[in-house]
Amino acid sequence: MPTKIEKDALTGRHTTGHEWDGLQELNTPLPKWWLYTFIACCIFAVGYIALFPSIPYGRDYFHGWLQASSRTAVDADVKALEAQRAFSMDKIKYTPIAQVKDDPKLLAVATAAGRIAFANNCQPCHGAGGEGRVGYPSLADDTWLWGGTLADIQQTITYGIRSGNDRARNSVMPNFGAGGLLTPAQIEAVADFVWGAFYGHAAEGQDLSKGRAVFAENCAVCHGANGEGSRTVGAPPLKSAVHLYGDLRAAIVAQVTNPRMGVMPSWEKKTNITGLDEATIKSVAIYVHALGGGE
Amino acid sequence: MASMDKLRNAAAEEGKVSQPSLYASQVTVYPKAVHGPARAVKWGILVFCLTVYYLLPWLRWDRGPGRVSQAVLLDLPTRRFYLFGLELWPQDIWLLTGLLILSAVGLFLVTSLAGRVWCGYTCPQTVWTDLYMWIERLLEGDRNARMRRDQGPASLDKIWRKLAKHTLWFAVAFWTGGAFIMYFVDAPTLTVQFWTGEAATEAYVFIGLFTATTYLLAGWAREQVCTYMCPWPRFQASMLDEQSLIVTYQNWRGEPRGHRKIDAGKPANAGLGHCIDCLACVHACPTGIDIRDGVQLECINCGLCVDACNEMMVRTGQPKWLVTWDTLAGQKAKAQGTHEAFRFLRPRTLIYAGAMVVGITVMWAAMATRARLDLAVQHDRAPLFVQVRDGSIRNGYTLKISNKTQARAEFVLTMHGLAGGAMLLAEQPATPAPALVLPVDADGIGTFRLLVFGHPTPGSDGSQQFDFILRNATTGERTTYTSVFMGPRGG
Ligand code: SF4
Ligand code: SF4
Repeated sequence: MPTKIEKDALTGRHTTGHEWDGLQELNTPLPKWWLYTFIACCIFAVGYIALFPSIPYGRDYFHGWLQASSRTAVDADVKALEAQRAFSMDKIKYTPIAQVKDDPKLLAVATAAGRIAFANNCQPCHGAGGEGRVGYPSLADDTWLWGGTLADIQQTITYGIRSGNDRARNSVMPNFGAGGLLTPAQIEAVADFVWGAFYGHAAEGQDLSKGRAVFAENCAVCHGANGEGSRTVGAPPLKSAVHLYGDLRAAIVAQVTNPRMGVMPSWEKKTNITGLDEATIKSVAIYVHALGGGE
Repeated sequence: MASMDKLRNAAAEEGKVSQPSLYASQVTVYPKAVHGPARAVKWGILVFCLTVYYLLPWLRWDRGPGRVSQAVLLDLPTRRFYLFGLELWPQDIWLLTGLLILSAVGLFLVTSLAGRVWCGYTCPQTVWTDLYMWIERLLEGDRNARMRRDQGPASLDKIWRKLAKHTLWFAVAFWTGGAFIMYFVDAPTLTVQFWTGEAATEAYVFIGLFTATTYLLAGWAREQVCTYMCPWPRFQASMLDEQSLIVTYQNWRGEPRGHRKIDAGKPANAGLGHCIDCLACVHACPTGIDIRDGVQLECINCGLCVDACNEMMVRTGQPKWLVTWDTLAGQKAKAQGTHEAFRFLRPRTLIYAGAMVVGITVMWAAMATRARLDLAVQHDRAPLFVQVRDGSIRNGYTLKISNKTQARAEFVLTMHGLAGGAMLLAEQPATPAPALVLPVDADGIGTFRLLVFGHPTPGSDGSQQFDFILRNATTGERTTYTSVFMGPRGG
């Protein structure tokens, strides 16, 4: 309690009556409007506490009369976004794939949707950037087993390769070794030829004529006389720096003796319950096309 | 506060107040109109500042077809600041910081030289308060008429004058709030949209906010802002010293103050100083203080008391400038009958001026050499490289080219240091070429996905450095970006 309110002789002001060891506090009054502003702020704070989440109760908290929550706001945003996306995806579904690519807005949606669907479904085999690995073709290079146009890619994704789907791309490499079509010596010879003439590892003065003959008789029908491959039957080009089953002579021998033939699932919803809808398949095709090798 | 103290103390002495309150009611200040050089300068600055403020957004500036045509526009959505011929990108935001620092140092310099002239003449609070007082005077008359009417009973005359004043105040506040938003949105477009209800909600909110603050701060709060809200008066003392020019009552000349007896002749007036204690200086003061009490926190250095007193001095046939601009040192010397010249050059002013010169030089140099071209390159993360059929290696890059010029331009991209390097744009049917031409819109950023083919020179880790070189085909400006080309290990 202030007791000794008096006028300070030096300044002519009143003191508040507070005194500490002879030091007196001068009264410098606060403007009244400032006090009222403070009271108004307090009233505002009470209203705010009542309307918005404010008081923690341990595990729960007081939610406020407005039931405001940033979580429900995010939910609403996500729903709105899905609705917006549904519209675009519908448009992608009914637009021919080449025209989707020409519409910058649809292209942006398709590329984004394709990237996500690719990461969820294709990445385990083909790699994060579509780089592939031994036995799983790269989608980023310029080699396509079954064709690299948008339509080709869409077809491959939809129906798959040797997937069992009626419209899948199918082909079989004959079992030359285990099936007894070629003798081990012939297989060694043809491997020498492919390794030497196509892979570019021929030794100086090496005689490849024997292998060349075997190749012309057995392999050229699918892989082409010059090892250029064939997309009609999905026969990989052999005269190339890119090799599906690895860059080793032993891999050639293994493939001719007992061929591996990759399977790609059909992503059609009809035949694959974990499949993708048409718009998403188109989006993936567009995304894959843009990985670097699209034709 | 000194004057308020006086009022309160007077009341206390009369026994009306036994225990002074810790809260003070606002004492309405009724400044009286004055005429004189300070007032004239103040009007001039007011007209100039307000004209610039209200009309600048309407000034057009030709930047070419389809481009922003407002001379000054802070376009936040597109992140561009347009200042006449200058166009600032987000990267240039440090200029704003620099400008603010320069303004602060400039304020320090001016204050150490001539006191709070910023407060008295150019501060928006002062300028708008002055404008509002002018409107008030127009409708309610000068000090005495206003005081009489305020104390008198409610009458038709009183009501219409008050109503008209507040209406006008509101109109000015609204125009002020609107003009502020026009620095952020195209002025003619906003004007149309505002009245057709098509403007953005933010526009209405901010116009409302600035209308309200203008009306409250200039109409009602006035000197309370300077005394209680503004931090500047609180630390200006550290910029002032005995050598700063401030509005001063020449104590040695004025005291002892006292009324002149007109008829009594000289003997009755003998011993009196020049101050006739007419209180003209107090009545003219917009913050309601008495300059004769010395330097005070509330004094905004506007000099209106100088004008008011000069008028009195002329009327009483005494020399002018009893209240004047002088330094504390000068006054001290004069009181002792000596003279002390005003010193412009003091360590304080030299340091402030030096800081300004350095700041301006650095900013000017940076502005003059500002690049109009920016290249950013990002190497693909997956895959790091791709082998293609013919045996060469392909790397993917994303290029961002910032064209900071006012014209759409073609940029020539070449490579240096990558043997046999050739490139093409992804998804473009073309054969790889050693150079590419990339068009980028005026004032735009072009994003390009680039595929580079090369035969990297064999290195232990398969990667090698090389440069992208980008040249603006029109202006010739060029920039280089050192990137990396990846290949198989040991390749
Ligand atoms: S206006 Fe001049 S003469 Fe009148 S009271 Fe003020 S200082 Fe004294
Ligand atoms: S004392 Fe004089 S200079 Fe200071 S604010 Fe009042 S009128 Fe202006």
